[in-house]
Amino acid sequence: MKSAVVLLPGLNRDRDMIAALTKISGTPPVTVWQTDTEIPDVDLITIPGGFSFGDYLRCGAIAARMPVMRAVAEKAAKGVMVIGVCNGFQILVEAGLLPGALMRNTSLKFVCRQVKLQIANANTMFTRRYQPGQIIRSPVAHHDGNYFADAETLRRLEGEGQVVFRYAEGTNPNGSINDIAGIINGQGNVLGLMPHPENLIETAHGGSDGRALFESALGIAA
Amino acid sequence: MIKARITVTLKNGVLDPQGKAIEHALSGMGFDGVGQVRQGKVFDVELAESDKAKAEADLKAMCDRLLANTVIENYSVAIT
Repeated sequence: MKSAVVLLPGLNRDRDMIAALTKISGTPPVTVWQTDTEIPDVDLITIPGGFSFGDYLRCGAIAARMPVMRAVAEKAAKGVMVIGVCNGFQILVEAGLLPGALMRNTSLKFVCRQVKLQIANANTMFTRRYQPGQIIRSPVAHHDGNYFADAETLRRLEGEGQVVFRYAEGTNPNGSINDIAGIINGQGNVLGLMPHPENLIETAHGGSDGRALFESALGIAA
Repeated sequence: MIKARITVTLKNGVLDPQGKAIEHALSGMGFDGVGQVRQGKVFDVELAESDKAKAEADLKAMCDRLLANTVIENYSVAIT
């Protein structure tokens, strides 16, 4: 399984993502730059976290209009897996690859802590190595993770099992609707989530709860 | 040249935590009778265009494609 990491100015979790993909798959991912119009032949594209373009206008808004995102959209349409973490999730919703919007945390504070996540759907290509309903830990670090979608979109997301991760045990850090932490698109190959599973993949991190997400996507046995 | 002012506001029903914080601050400062406060954005745009209708169409396209997130925001365009 080959993977790619999208690089944009202002992202700062790209090296964490590269390290996680390298450690879990055994092969370093290729990197693609914002101006690239083509992405090499890979099975998984990741958009890391950070503050692309300084969060100007809206988080992820400028990044979503960069040439590389057209290439990501083309790959996604062909069924290539895409994971957007944190700012990457914001970029995916701004690009229209995922529904809804990510708004300022209701506390108005930047939150940097560990939360608990419930696997709301274990029947996806990103969560098949987890148990349904399993509670895992994950770090979060964001100011705009308050997921919002209109009532009709929300009904569709909930009805079709597109809510994949939910903040559990009262740890919702941002006020997101229905405790939503991560969603997939209708086709099931594009995942966006606010938490940082790439920062909890080995003992040195204090746990490896996030590892199974990448093992699921990369088809690696645990 | 055409100058325009674009105003972007949150749709009704979309929670605005920043507006709420401002609302509370105003009340705390002693401004009585402050009702709901909603925060928005203003963009002043200059266009090298003389055709007003064309400018308006372009400005709307800019709003739809970048300046507003129509999932949560409304916009209005005023050519000044």
